[in-house]
Amino acid sequence: MPTNGAPTKITQGSRTKGGIGESTLRPDGTLKVTGEFAYSSDMWHEDMLWGQILRSTVAHAEIVSIDTGEALATPGVYAVLTYDDLPTEVKNYGLEIQDTPVLAHGKVRHHGEPVAIVAADHPETARRAAAKIKVDYRELPVVTDEASATAPDAILVHEGRDDHHAGHVPHPNIVHRQPIIRGDVDAARQRADVIVEGEYTFGMQDQAFLGPESGLAVPEEDGGVHLYIATQWLHSDLRQIAPVLGLPEDKVRMTLSGVGGAFGGREDLSMQIHACLLALRTGKPVKIVYNRFESFFGHVHRHPAKLYYEHGATRDGKLTHMKCRIVLDGGAYASASPAVVGNASSLSVGPYVIDDVDIEAVALYTNNPPCGAMRGFGAVQACFAYEAQMDKLAQQLGMDPVEFRQLNAMEQGTLLPTGQPVDSPAPVAELLRRVKAMPMPPERQWESSEGADVRQLPGGLSNTTHGEGVVRGVGYAVGIKNVGFSEGFDDYSTAKVRMEVVGGEPVVTVHTAMAEVGQGGVTVHAQIARTELGVTQVTINPADTQVGSAGSTSASRQTYVTGGAVKNACEIVREKVLEIGRRKFGAYHPAWATAELLLEGGKVVTDGGEVLRDLADVLEGETVEVEEEWRHRPTEAFDLRTGQGNGHVQYSFAAHRAVVEVDTELGLVKVIELGCAQDVGKALNPLSVLGQIQGGTTQGLGVAVMEEIVVDPKTAKVKNPSFTDYLIPTILDTPTIPVDVLELADEHAPYGLRGIGEAPTLSSTPAVLAAIRNATGLELNRTPVRPEHLTGTSLSEA
Amino acid sequence: MDFLRPASWEEALAAKAEHPTAVPIAGGTDVMVEINFDHRRPEYLMDLNRVGDLSEWEVGEESVRLGASVPYTKIMENLRAELPGLALASHTVASPQIRNRGGVGGNLGTASPAGDAHPALLAAGAEVEVESVRGSRRIPIDEFYTGVKRNALAADELIRSVHVKKADGPQQFSKVGTRNAMVIAVCAFGFALHPETRTVRTGIGSAAPTPIRAKAAEEFLNAALEEGGFWDNGKIVTPSVAKQFADLCSAACNPIDDVRGTASYRRHAVGVMARRTLTWTWESYRGTRRTTEGAA
Amino acid sequence: MRVNFTVNGRPQEADDVWEGESLLYVLRERLGLPGSKNACEQGECGSCTVRLDGEPVCSCLVAAGQVEGREVVTVEGLADYAKQRAEAGCATGACGTSLQNAQGWQAKGTDSHTGEGAELSPIQQAFIDAGAVQCGFCTPGLLVAADEMLERNPNPSDADIREALSGNLCRCTGYEKIMDAVRLAAARQGEAV
Repeated sequence: MPTNGAPTKITQGSRTKGGIGESTLRPDGTLKVTGEFAYSSDMWHEDMLWGQILRSTVAHAEIVSIDTGEALATPGVYAVLTYDDLPTEVKNYGLEIQDTPVLAHGKVRHHGEPVAIVAADHPETARRAAAKIKVDYRELPVVTDEASATAPDAILVHEGRDDHHAGHVPHPNIVHRQPIIRGDVDAARQRADVIVEGEYTFGMQDQAFLGPESGLAVPEEDGGVHLYIATQWLHSDLRQIAPVLGLPEDKVRMTLSGVGGAFGGREDLSMQIHACLLALRTGKPVKIVYNRFESFFGHVHRHPAKLYYEHGATRDGKLTHMKCRIVLDGGAYASASPAVVGNASSLSVGPYVIDDVDIEAVALYTNNPPCGAMRGFGAVQACFAYEAQMDKLAQQLGMDPVEFRQLNAMEQGTLLPTGQPVDSPAPVAELLRRVKAMPMPPERQWESSEGADVRQLPGGLSNTTHGEGVVRGVGYAVGIKNVGFSEGFDDYSTAKVRMEVVGGEPVVTVHTAMAEVGQGGVTVHAQIARTELGVTQVTINPADTQVGSAGSTSASRQTYVTGGAVKNACEIVREKVLEIGRRKFGAYHPAWATAELLLEGGKVVTDGGEVLRDLADVLEGETVEVEEEWRHRPTEAFDLRTGQGNGHVQYSFAAHRAVVEVDTELGLVKVIELGCAQDVGKALNPLSVLGQIQGGTTQGLGVAVMEEIVVDPKTAKVKNPSFTDYLIPTILDTPTIPVDVLELADEHAPYGLRGIGEAPTLSSTPAVLAAIRNATGLELNRTPVRPEHLTGTSLSEA
Repeated sequence: MDFLRPASWEEALAAKAEHPTAVPIAGGTDVMVEINFDHRRPEYLMDLNRVGDLSEWEVGEESVRLGASVPYTKIMENLRAELPGLALASHTVASPQIRNRGGVGGNLGTASPAGDAHPALLAAGAEVEVESVRGSRRIPIDEFYTGVKRNALAADELIRSVHVKKADGPQQFSKVGTRNAMVIAVCAFGFALHPETRTVRTGIGSAAPTPIRAKAAEEFLNAALEEGGFWDNGKIVTPSVAKQFADLCSAACNPIDDVRGTASYRRHAVGVMARRTLTWTWESYRGTRRTTEGAA
Repeated sequence: MRVNFTVNGRPQEADDVWEGESLLYVLRERLGLPGSKNACEQGECGSCTVRLDGEPVCSCLVAAGQVEGREVVTVEGLADYAKQRAEAGCATGACGTSLQNAQGWQAKGTDSHTGEGAELSPIQQAFIDAGAVQCGFCTPGLLVAADEMLERNPNPSDADIREALSGNLCRCTGYEKIMDAVRLAAARQGEAV
């Protein structure tokens, strides 16, 4: 029986050409605009069942009993599974710490934790059956913040921790702690003419990718299972899934289905194991698709954070020192918390030169929703705080906020607080100069001959102002994000590249396990193959586990690392092709032996441009295929006491200027323009680069003015798990986003490129906040800013 | 669940009489969300899309008879002159897609305090025409909302139409949401000048358990406008009058803190919207007067 | 229950429909038309936008039983729909050259599996050309909404575009390239007439 929606090869070339540096169009574009591109939720199999997850209705409780009898007896129900049905001793999973139960065992630790799973012949049957499962909870007190988590009598979210961070954390409810000490803060403070302190709060942001978690598990004849899934990293999923199923990894075949956005939210497992368990139990294909409500419980969020900062500066505007504490709420399970702590601490200074620092970042275990990866990953929260500090310092010093930043801006060679030198261009001052130089959008654009156009005013279509109370503000921010996996992680990618002649034309096939989540990696892979191998037609194979790992589509790393792997494999293929050419035709022309040879336009040419042979002739009767791993430069772990170490491999810098108009009476904000300047090293696909920068900028805007998952501090329950109350920007909330792209090559990276996806998400938020502060004169130490914060009405009337 | 498909109004009434638990569905904006999110499993769903006259409207001498299912888009496009407040409110309803399907019948049936049509209907003055096999009646809008998401409908009754007074003066509608489009009201305010009777009417949404009028504020303003001869002299409403009107509108609220906003913000914002909509309508009234005078 | 209706010009019959099913579910799971996307099921994202008797609506908020006897156009039928509209326009003398001919995006031999060269509507082609597609999940709904707007308003201002598309959420692009795509489609449409 066919599996509808299984991905197929995509060949691009007869019409769409283009090597690196060109704005080649997406190879999957046509499929996506015609509705034919199959996302994981579009998978369909005759005779398939629908899986449904029963989730906890409380945040912290002992499970006294679970009664599945009535659910199982429901006609149309094929299976109901709980913890007791898990087939092996491996019952937990996790990215770094295996602390997350596949199904709750004896206890639930957060609202919405999976407790039982059902497979039935219709989603409604599955829902009704799940509703019939009786779970008896004995509620426990909830741990919701640093005070309650680290109190002497605090309930431990995880008892008996034996993970590799357990030994160095000051409290078992702290997942990981990373201090960074450099220089002498006390001495440096003596030199400061001004000192500013600030306490900042960053709300819980959701990735809110539009394609909810979903997939199809098809049981296979050999006792294995084939999972079609939307994820960010197939091999990481596989490593976590197979042991729980009790299957060797080669019996769990994974194919990437269409991914409807990710932004970090698909780094952790969601329904993968559940679908496989149900498929293996029932012997039938099982599809699980979360609805939006469930999606809010089905993936981790961006860590909400409290950030305490102290900066000093001399009268002439030089930063003297920085002290900070960053407390990230990791929620009930570790997910990526340790790595987020590493980023937050090591990037807490921002793109500035400060020699004397005292930094501490921790992530908590609480009963709040688990938090982990989201675009910007720890650097976002820090940037929000340090940029607010920069504005405060500039104000106290009576300096222009941009000039103050430029005066302290990091450059190539600057040491990070970890002692690591920045060994590639760091054009921080230049990026600021560029955003400042952008022309200012005209004032009062809402005025027209027919009166006020409310669509251009704060409040928009809701018709709240015709100009009354509206004040303009301008704000600037800049940020630094690391690229790639840091702290000694063996961060590699694998690419398989084949070159052959088909129909008289040389063609290349690229096969990687890279998760295309919308970023355009497939476009870039084809461009790299064209550039390196001089062909037009490139076929991109579906991503699956039949090829080696490509690592995660996160940390702005895929173009760098998997792109690097494709480039590397192509180079090896090229050498092999040239060897064949030398073998076949070397006798006919001396240049085969003596010249630097290239593959261009379907031919072997010398670097002087002389054509030696058609590739079709060289490859006649031959197929060259290479599968190679490729690594970026190794990194080191941070010292657990001092935080010193060469932990990062590359950095990405972006600066923003926000122009906002605030209805100061109603506290409503309209962002008028959000200009960005970013150094991308080398724009492999300029159109895609712009798309990444504008998209990341908009996510930063969202968390500045509207996006927040609200968790009740008394119950740790999520109050707004829906798109009616978790708001993301519409097209009417999003301004024009002019982008100025700088290309200063990083000589260590393929083509000199920089990972670009995350940096624009960092500085966008603080720029908008700075602009709102500029318009209102308010201090605004939390994000998102809500109307009540701008109108002095945030306190309860009761 | 059963799906009822009455082909006419009479069939719909008969079906509702036979199955009082039947949930009517027209635009689907509220009902389908509840079904999709598993919040509701009615025994019967009754589709009203096939009852054609629910999607029609008639403009009469005094009022507009607006079928319960006339989509908001149609109200915006066709009734801006007769029902300016409701047309403005319609424009703030959710998204273009929703406005193409939803009508005031859904807002009234759900009777959520956040329904966008309510403040406009309260301010304009309206009657809800409801009917059952037992007969038809008209419920004044002020008496329609009986509690949080409760209305004056009997179990066997369906909403047929709304009779809204044609505007005899300027009307305005404002709504605060934390997004510039597609947003549920944090709070909303409808305001109408009725020069013929020299009165004003208000409507407040999402700032009390039900949509309400700010009656004390209306009375104050009626008196102040009369006393100052404003209706005749067309002067600018004095800031102190506007402020007191706004304060009384704020005072009429009985809001709660929830995930969309705090009670005190709602109270504050209603006051701001009251003041602004008063200003806008009054400016418009003065402009009309000047034009009329100029023409005469 | 059974539901009969027309999708993309073809009569369709869905059997054993549960009364609580939405039009979206029937299209996706019963009729093999998964192009309309399910992203929120509460009318907040527009990913499931289809035309119901010509009007853009959220198909997640239409009960399956409500479409009995009605006409639905989904993203899968958008190219044909636009083509017929263009041809009808020509038949009435409204345009000299068909949009397809003018834009030169008609089939030129499909490129293997990408569908490169497939016949697309102007708005579909513009979305590809302008880089308005990233993950693509919002794309079908946006295309249906944008196509309908251009049908009503061939020369939209930026504010008009934003208003018309304010019911369609996109999480990847920041909307800038979507604006570009709609402007591009409008401009090409203008040239063609």
